Amino acid sequence: MQYREWTKGDLTRVPYWVYGDDAIYRQEQERIYQGDTWSFLGLEAELPESGDYKTTFVGDMPVIVCRDEGGVIRAFENRCSHRGSLLALQNKGKARKFTCVYHAWTHDLQGNLKTVAFRRGVNGAGGMPDSFDTADHGPRKLRVEVYCGLIFGTLSEKTPPVEEYLGDEVASRVKRVLHKPLRIYGQYTQALPNNWKLYFENAKDTYHSSLLHTFFATFKVSRLSQGGGVIVAESGGHHVSYSLSHSGGQDDEFKKEGLRSNQEENFLLNDKSVLNIVDEFGDGCHVQILSIFPGFVLQAIHNSLAVRQIVPKGPDRTDLVWTLIGFTDDDEALQKLRMKHSNLVGPAGYVSMEDGAVGGFVQRGIAGSNDAESVVLMGGEGAESSSSRASETSIRGFWKEYRNHMGL
Amino acid sequence: MEENKEHLVSALAALMEDYGRAIDRDELERWPDFFEEQCNYKITSIDNEQSGYPFGVLCADSRGMLADRVKSLREANVYEGQRYRHVMGRPVVLSVDGPLIHAETSFLVVRTMRTGEMSMFAAGVYRDVVSLRASKPAFAERIVVCDSSRIDTLLALPL
Repeated sequence: MQYREWTKGDLTRVPYWVYGDDAIYRQEQERIYQGDTWSFLGLEAELPESGDYKTTFVGDMPVIVCRDEGGVIRAFENRCSHRGSLLALQNKGKARKFTCVYHAWTHDLQGNLKTVAFRRGVNGAGGMPDSFDTADHGPRKLRVEVYCGLIFGTLSEKTPPVEEYLGDEVASRVKRVLHKPLRIYGQYTQALPNNWKLYFENAKDTYHSSLLHTFFATFKVSRLSQGGGVIVAESGGHHVSYSLSHSGGQDDEFKKEGLRSNQEENFLLNDKSVLNIVDEFGDGCHVQILSIFPGFVLQAIHNSLAVRQIVPKGPDRTDLVWTLIGFTDDDEALQKLRMKHSNLVGPAGYVSMEDGAVGGFVQRGIAGSNDAESVVLMGGEGAESSSSRASETSIRGFWKEYRNHMGL
Repeated sequence: MEENKEHLVSALAALMEDYGRAIDRDELERWPDFFEEQCNYKITSIDNEQSGYPFGVLCADSRGMLADRVKSLREANVYEGQRYRHVMGRPVVLSVDGPLIHAETSFLVVRTMRTGEMSMFAAGVYRDVVSLRASKPAFAERIVVCDSSRIDTLLALPL
């Protein structure tokens, strides 16, 4: 079957082969994940003390993130410099050094190879040649930047500092939410049956939210007609969508189109506290979704705050790692509210459960259609910020950035 | 005493079995009735518990919230046809505190999708506080502690 041609510079069409092709997947690892991008690695709050570490991924590459003796966050490949075995075998823990289980080569908390077992041999025989220098060996180290408590890593020297990478508008929206010390409320992974890009597009897709997710609409909570907008970074890769508070009630725009999400019957909750909202940032903005290319989402949905890390696991598999957060000074009432609102998100979330499935619907739907393409025309052909969320501008922004990195 | 305990374990086993049947037979409307009006229901994981993280993938603190979930599953949420098969172990009574029984029961849930695809969807332990205050036993608390923190695609039906 012919692969559909992808017209240079066109952001309104996406050929379906980008979601399943093995060669594309390999190129993405090299040009995006190991290229000039910042990958989210975790939260500083996960590693409060020296020696605390966690293991994660930059694309396919396994990574150790740890706080060294001096309190500095470091990141390096989770790969022994000898034969390539994983160095750390836990999701998280505390370490003074990383010793490979295979041949006991040790590495310090900064990822430097320190010792080689039997380096001088045994009883004068064997051992490493004299020319062997531990300084020449060691897992690759990442450049690390901690921004508002978020740990980012990159393998490239060329990636600009995080704030510059984000641009002023997106950066200010990160700071809006992550403005004081964080605490962690929960963590889980949602295994998605689809290509990573389908999830990232979904997170950027402001058009689908009240159509696919009928929970809000059925409860007359969220409407495209309520105030809000979409900010797309200059590069295209990052976005922020937000909506302002809504007084509830009918939505005539939905009624006009006879959509599933505006059912007439009164659908009332027993427990309305799930919809109570504390305006904790004092700006009347009740939902903000922010994405950072290539695989990070910061969410403030009512009082449920979370970060999501998108980890590709092959052309048609993705792990979405959710970390539910709040602040160290949350009082009991706010903790309880965050707990209630956490029911909106994650694999069992009233809203997010559908996002977990819809990527798979697309992945299965496009099987055998490498000659076809999707249409991304809502709100025009460009990738500028928009006052309307009935727009696909932030998805086009993603493809702008993606095509730049991939040279496609 | 031993006889009493045996009696208690079989009463708990019957409760567990009926609970599983309500979900597996798509009688979700019956699900909230297994709980007391004021109750705690949470789906979490061993990792979350060991990290001291209080939230799971689903948290409810009243029977009303459980009824809301059923309503939402029936009327609002979109998910592909699927069913669960609960297989449960024999309940272990940890302690008895007046009318409150603290017990643990291991479980296994196989999920079968409309396509016929079957998966080992969840395994873990129910950590329960069962109340004998009313005419029939009910959960004052049910913490579903999954062995894995990784959930495939979505968790629509409750565990």
